[in-house]
Amino acid sequence: MKPKRQRLVIVVTGLVFIGAAIGFALFALNEELDVFRSPTQVAEDGFPADKRFRVGGLVEDGSVSSKGIVTTFRVTDGAHSLTISYDKILPDLFREGQGIVAMGVLNTGGTFEAQEVLAKHDENYMPPEVADALKKSGHFKPQGGDS
Amino acid sequence: MSDSAKTDGTADTAAEAAAGKRRTRYGLLLAALPIAAFVVIGVFLFRGLSLDPSDIYSVMIDKPAPAFDLPALPGKANGLSNTDLTHPVQLVNVFASWCVACRVEHPILMELKRNGTVPIYGLNYKDQPTAAINWLQNFGDPYDRIGSDLNGRVGIDFGVYGVPETFIVDGNGVIVRKITGPITPVILQKELLPLIAEMQK
Amino acid sequence: MAPELGQYALVLAIIVATVQAIVPQVGAYRRDAAWMGVAPAAARVQFLLVLFAFGCLMVSFISSDFSVVNVFENSHSLKPLIYKISGVWGNHEGSLLLWILILTLFGAAVAQFGQNLPPTLQARVLSVQAMIGVGFLAFILFTSNPFSRLDPAPFEGNGLNPLLQDPALAIHPPFLYLGYVGLSVAFSFAVAALIEGRVDPAWARWVRPWTLAAWCCLTAGIALGSYWAYYELGWGGWWFWDPVENASFMPWLAATALLHSSIVVEKRDALKSWTVLLAILAFSLSLLGTFIVRSGVLNSVHAFASDPTRGVFILAFLVFVVGGSLTLYAIRAPSLKGGGLFRPVSREGTLVLNNLLLSTACFTVLLGTLYPLFLDAVASEKVSVGPPYFNAVFVPLMTPLVAALAIGPMLAWKRGDLAGVLGRLKFVAALAFLTALAVAWYAWDIMPLAVLGLALVVWLGLGVFREWAERVRLFRWDIVDSWRRARGLPRASYGMSIAHLGVALMVLGITASETWQDEKQLIMRPGDVETISDFELTFIGAEKVPGPNYSATAATFVVTRNGQPVTILQPESRIFPNPPMETTEAAIRSTLAGDLYTVVGEGDGLGGHAVRLYYKPLVIWIWLGSLAMMVGGMISLSDRRHRIGAPSRKQAAEPGTKNRDPGALAAAGAGD
Repeated sequence: MKPKRQRLVIVVTGLVFIGAAIGFALFALNEELDVFRSPTQVAEDGFPADKRFRVGGLVEDGSVSSKGIVTTFRVTDGAHSLTISYDKILPDLFREGQGIVAMGVLNTGGTFEAQEVLAKHDENYMPPEVADALKKSGHFKPQGGDS
Repeated sequence: MSDSAKTDGTADTAAEAAAGKRRTRYGLLLAALPIAAFVVIGVFLFRGLSLDPSDIYSVMIDKPAPAFDLPALPGKANGLSNTDLTHPVQLVNVFASWCVACRVEHPILMELKRNGTVPIYGLNYKDQPTAAINWLQNFGDPYDRIGSDLNGRVGIDFGVYGVPETFIVDGNGVIVRKITGPITPVILQKELLPLIAEMQK
Repeated sequence: MAPELGQYALVLAIIVATVQAIVPQVGAYRRDAAWMGVAPAAARVQFLLVLFAFGCLMVSFISSDFSVVNVFENSHSLKPLIYKISGVWGNHEGSLLLWILILTLFGAAVAQFGQNLPPTLQARVLSVQAMIGVGFLAFILFTSNPFSRLDPAPFEGNGLNPLLQDPALAIHPPFLYLGYVGLSVAFSFAVAALIEGRVDPAWARWVRPWTLAAWCCLTAGIALGSYWAYYELGWGGWWFWDPVENASFMPWLAATALLHSSIVVEKRDALKSWTVLLAILAFSLSLLGTFIVRSGVLNSVHAFASDPTRGVFILAFLVFVVGGSLTLYAIRAPSLKGGGLFRPVSREGTLVLNNLLLSTACFTVLLGTLYPLFLDAVASEKVSVGPPYFNAVFVPLMTPLVAALAIGPMLAWKRGDLAGVLGRLKFVAALAFLTALAVAWYAWDIMPLAVLGLALVVWLGLGVFREWAERVRLFRWDIVDSWRRARGLPRASYGMSIAHLGVALMVLGITASETWQDEKQLIMRPGDVETISDFELTFIGAEKVPGPNYSATAATFVVTRNGQPVTILQPESRIFPNPPMETTEAAIRSTLAGDLYTVVGEGDGLGGHAVRLYYKPLVIWIWLGSLAMMVGGMISLSDRRHRIGAPSRKQAAEPGTKNRDPGALAAAGAGD
């Protein structure tokens, strides 16, 4: 094979291959990506059932109840709240008034079935999505969901 | 050295040289691909920096301070509640003994206290009360009242993002402005003092 | 006093580095031996200065000098000595200083071991290395001074983040940085070669040991980090595709590709401009990782506190280093002459395939890591890209890679005989196929991918053995001859086999632990018995135990199998008050056959406790596999040819691969 052709073959195969891989990766990204919604967005626009997404906000005061390993609570962004149920061990520092992010799906009853709940407790940290959603809702009220 | 570089063992014929030239053209294109890709990524990284939540908002600006009633630190007479916020202007300063930046702004608070410029209320955020007392004894206590926010609940109501933060509250108990991070001499001179002077008019 | 001295040393170091960046470069251009001679001396002085500064910081930590902000924030007088020491790099400023220390260490090492390099090349390499040094020293001096003072000095420190008080995490960053920064040497060599306009086998020979050393450290660093996540985060997971993990994984993928493509340059004088590009990319990805971790643009469980000015500085530096080197590449690479020819089916061909797959994998990780940033910038949509994406793209990319791993080393250079190789592998293929059938019978309904995974393990594991057997002619049944050949094989050849075997072991660990994991999450009360895998776990109870600076919930499980006592497991969950922080201390019974993993959570107030129980078969082989990869790299590094250093350019310019005898060819072509 002539050097030019060899180089061409390698480069073209490489580019085709990488192109295909990138195409596939983008496809997978679209399939597997988890968007973030605030309780207000879920309340107003809804969200397809059984499609995974993340939701975040503050845990409402007095909303936490547990039955065996299953815990149910509501998160709020001040304007709306969303009921979440979780059947695993919650983070130790999970408590009312805390900012959390949950990942999971909405069931047909409108309850968010969480597969993962994160609560971060670094003082200089609030999950940015939560902070952002609170800002957008513009409804951050004292005393969480008492209103 | 580059001029003396001869390809290893292969002699260039005229034809190959011509082919080489053509090759060079799309070779150049190919070689420029990485830098092009990097430029795109770089632009996004730069955008990402400005998207950073480091520019911290407060949803509480122009809203009444949340209702709260916090106990005093041990050995101190007064706790802090929202009903104490009655002066035409006052500062609510969120601090903790474990916070280094609080040390940085502390002399400025002490000076404000000495000059009697403005009442300062302290929100002792997620701190051990004894550690807080020690801290105040070591460095001086600039606060008129201090509330001990052990679990940080009131901090959450205030939208506290990190420590220190300072809220400027007016006579109606409305939060006028928030300073994130330590109060520096520049912030003091350019922002804080003019604002206080205006509000005290 | 020590902090001030340390800071002066850093200021001196940046001056020396500036001189080292400029003078030798000009000297190399003007062929001025005296000017070029500045480089090695300056590199050594720079190293000593930074070492001194690092020592000063360490003294401050060991003596608990809380007048230093950094010590106050990250240390505590009652901390064990090892964590006082690891506290030095358990924070942004100190870890940056460690980074620079390692950078200058590599610079000094190039000065020391590179004495047989052509003087212009050495001068240029050290000059590029010093440019990177100037950037980082400026970064630390202007934005992240580790020696800032507090006045008045506090009496007690804040303590190290409890998550970081862990032996694996104490030594994890140094390894990782050795890897990251080691890649700077390959980068400097690549840039120097572009400036010189010359890349040849001798160049590849100089670059390889440095890349190999960096790669070994990076492998160790990533493996340690993953093991830490496994036992400390309490989820039983060992890889979370977190941005910070990805930040270390991308350079690893690029370095692995570089390691293999530089073989082609060394042996066959081909793939030169690609290899140079990889060398640039590998280090660029290290820098990108630094940017991601320290600028806070991406959110991560491990992220250091973010600071926008730091982000801007690193980004500017990133643009200078990566943009500059890639521009240089765009200008100079087209003039690099293509070298030796080869057919697509050949050793080179499989190495090209390896490179394609690894760099594509690297790109998909980059895409997944940065995609949330893109979407946020373009559409203000906050998204996260989780493990499902990475798993979806990684399996199809890694499968052909692992499959080719058994074939590649058996193919001849230049023009391979695929049919012949497959013929020799038919026994291995048959066994792999039988494995697939057996696994399909056993586990198809659990996880179909297990069939593929375990078949690949058998294919690669036996393939590695088959290749070795061929080299020593094991199947001619002349033990004496085989023994002689086995001893005569170069260490690099054994290094390769062991590293490839490590890949097989790792695939084994991943597949088995994912497929046959047994997991339970439930509330247990004292006296409750739960069966997991074939173990019975009796929950004795849990109690609040005060620790020195935390309060813990400690649970006790008695573990039996078929009624026979096995062990007692005592997981803890610790809560640290100031600043608030929780850590999970999983109790793990680790054996080669599998890990029994227990975690305790909060009580439900009624005497019950939430617990997580896992049985993870063969999971330990994930890390033993990575260990094997690292050991393989080290054995290869100890090969005589690397130790002696590169021969002169003339000799290296004639890669002799004319020999048709496969055994002799294998012996001659070993080193990969």
